[in-house]
Amino acid sequence: MASETNFDLIVVGGGPGGYVAAIRAAQLKMKVALVEREHLGGICLNWGCIPTKALLRAAELRHSIDEMKEFGITVSGEVSIDLPAVVKRSRNVAGRLSTGVAHLLKKNKVTVFDDFATLGKAVSGRREVKLGGGGTLSAKHVILATGARARALPGIEADGKSILTYREAMVPESMPKSLVIIGSGAIGSEFASFYLDMGVEVTLVEAMDRILPVEDAEISEFVKKAFTKRGMKIITGARLAGLDKVSGGVTARFEGDLAPVTADRAILAVGITGNTEKLGLEGTAIKVDRGHIVTDQWGATGEAGVYAIGDVTGPPWLAHKASHEGIICVEKIAGEKDVQAIGEGAVPGCTYCRPQVASVGMTEAAAKDAGYDIRVGRFPMLANGKAIALGDDQGLIKTVFDKKTGELLGAHMVGPEVTELIQGYAVARTLEATEAELMQTIFPHPTLSEAMHESVLDAYGRAIHF
Amino acid sequence: MAIDILMPALSPTMETGTLASWNMAVGDAVRSGDVIAEIETDKATMEVEAVDDGVLAVILVAAGTENVAVGTPIARLAEDGEAVEAVAATPVAAAPAKAPAQEAASPAAAPAATPAAPTPAPTAVMQSSSSASAAPRVFASPLARRIAGDNGVDISALSGSGPHGRILRRDVEAAMTAPAPAARHASVGASAPASPGASSLEPNSQMRKIIAQRLQESKANAPHFYLTVDCEIDTLLAARKVMNAQSPDDVKISVNDLVIRAAAMALVKVPKANASWEGDNTRLFHHADIAMAVAVDGGLVTPVIWAAEQKGLADIAATSRDLATRARDGSLAPEEFSGGSFTISNLGMYGIREFAAVINPPQGAILAVGAGEERPVVRDGQLAVATVMTVTLSADHRVVDGAVGAEWLQAFKGYIEAPVTMLL
Repeated sequence: MASETNFDLIVVGGGPGGYVAAIRAAQLKMKVALVEREHLGGICLNWGCIPTKALLRAAELRHSIDEMKEFGITVSGEVSIDLPAVVKRSRNVAGRLSTGVAHLLKKNKVTVFDDFATLGKAVSGRREVKLGGGGTLSAKHVILATGARARALPGIEADGKSILTYREAMVPESMPKSLVIIGSGAIGSEFASFYLDMGVEVTLVEAMDRILPVEDAEISEFVKKAFTKRGMKIITGARLAGLDKVSGGVTARFEGDLAPVTADRAILAVGITGNTEKLGLEGTAIKVDRGHIVTDQWGATGEAGVYAIGDVTGPPWLAHKASHEGIICVEKIAGEKDVQAIGEGAVPGCTYCRPQVASVGMTEAAAKDAGYDIRVGRFPMLANGKAIALGDDQGLIKTVFDKKTGELLGAHMVGPEVTELIQGYAVARTLEATEAELMQTIFPHPTLSEAMHESVLDAYGRAIHF
Repeated sequence: MAIDILMPALSPTMETGTLASWNMAVGDAVRSGDVIAEIETDKATMEVEAVDDGVLAVILVAAGTENVAVGTPIARLAEDGEAVEAVAATPVAAAPAKAPAQEAASPAAAPAATPAAPTPAPTAVMQSSSSASAAPRVFASPLARRIAGDNGVDISALSGSGPHGRILRRDVEAAMTAPAPAARHASVGASAPASPGASSLEPNSQMRKIIAQRLQESKANAPHFYLTVDCEIDTLLAARKVMNAQSPDDVKISVNDLVIRAAAMALVKVPKANASWEGDNTRLFHHADIAMAVAVDGGLVTPVIWAAEQKGLADIAATSRDLATRARDGSLAPEEFSGGSFTISNLGMYGIREFAAVINPPQGAILAVGAGEERPVVRDGQLAVATVMTVTLSADHRVVDGAVGAEWLQAFKGYIEAPVTMLL
């Protein structure tokens, strides 16, 4: 099988961008090879999205035991956490899905090479790809979907023992007593929430003036209050000056006169950088800007027949963005009609901390900066029947509309299951719905989604339940 | 199959009209092209032609009925071989609130894109229900519809870039800022060689369609004739220099303003040239309502200086400048570019020596103004140099005869060459 070396398309990288691109290409009758150096499913499936959700589910269940009494359920006996079992379950979930990806690729007749790949030369309209283990493949089109890895800070070495990246933070052998997390984006905030629920003393440090800095300021503030109430320490506006290993732990030092923080362990979650090295990009017309490959909206690089998608092309570093880019890139290569580029603000973002955060489109501040005259709607989960019944009534749904056209510029949510709700607003934005269509839509009762309706109504002074 | 005849839209902005009279009676054979009725709007009376053959089976709206909504069935034809009585007895389908064509360009939806006077066509073609029901559904996002509505863009004239050709916000915005750069989304590596004979289809805007319709009507229906005369304008230029030296800084009088004033005065002096053909009647205008052709993105509009004969030069200068500016940024109200009794089209700034313009219907004449340029002239048997501006009057021979046109041009030339007289 692997003796075949000529393809229509070679995809380098088997993450959510690469394997989805490979399957879509196979659907479009291309002969496809996929080269993956480590795990099918990539970081997302093996070391990111999926295993962290398994961990967070364990933390959520642990937390719910504390709430049993309120629901009239008495739990007697000792509650303890079997950490190796928690981690093992998380690994099993990842393993199961990785196997699933292998099956899908096989079903679609994609030839998979477990190897490193390097871009070779272009020969009469075809591009060579050299395999680390020897051998050369060639194809008319090559998609680079090599992903990204944790960004390192100069002078700080993540040793995986006391200074961790997400990779080690996901498979702890023991629980530290205290933990300092540098960076409060989605990764930092999710680990902060997980370890906090697991009984660890957590300090969350952010260089910007608020946590979850890409989210709407009101949402950041909401999460900060929720975290603080649960006992987390949050330090914002703190630029890391150094991370020193000291006896029994790590001390984080900051610029200015901020007091240093000492903890058993530290997690570095300060963003990621594209995997652009050893790909054979040197000497080609492919441009790399600050660690990321530069492409147009269809994934085309400066080199004819070579494309790049997903994390390696830059933020937002999100699996669903990578998958979608993979699909439109392949469809464009196949000459499909009606391929739509990803619109401005069309990629929703989700953070699975407790409370959950989800958003799509512009924040209130961004909309104002862009010169929009806006209407803002807000609806608290406190006033939503389903949230009250669930005993999870802390949350806010905020909508931002263009006053002139009624366009839904952005939606920002925090609270129970909002990551499952945001697609409603994403669909509305894709369909270019205005406030009128959102108001006309009947949201079922009793659901959390009613709060989405009420937020839209509130933007026009028409909220019923608040 | 019986054919319903619907109340036609005689202009893009018409919503209702009066069914003035029936030219045929029940039982008459109707041939396509026959004038079967007359319809009045607030602007004019129009003949209505049939587009289908058959026998007039029943008249559903009596002559003299006012405020008949566009799209309402007004009569029904029995096709050849059909029993007239049976057709007359079939119940009438509920009238659509608006005819499809009307929906596409309702007045609220398309004010800015309606360029010239929305006066009705001299002959309206009758719509039959079979053709009316064939209007395709326009696939457009709610946001695209709203932005189009707010900005007077005819959404049915756009082609969509969304899935399955759906019209999206970006398509409406592109139409508003056209011409859009075609190569904006070209991919990095791809380059297509220019192929010989290549062409592409651009959808016609509502403005283009109206211009096409009105000018075609004008050339088809108004028998044009043309009179050309040279005007020496050295005295006028000198007078203008003096006026502008005296006038407040913010009002500078242009040659075109003087041309407007002279044309207005000439229309007062020769009122027969200030008229329009309306079939049984000739409409005589009491004022020189002078429309000026202003080129805008994608077409032209003709804002009107009302009663120009009563306006001083400073007033004309300020008004024409304001109208031209607002015409270009699309902020004119419909009533500001509808109507007028006479039009001036000036291409002097492009160095055009002389040209003949198409009459702006239903007006009776239009003046085409060329560039003022130094030319040799013969004076008392001697060659001399003078600044000469050539103007051509296009007139509708139905209302303006050759002698009337000549008389008007003579008056105009008199005012231009002796500008002091137009101040009287």
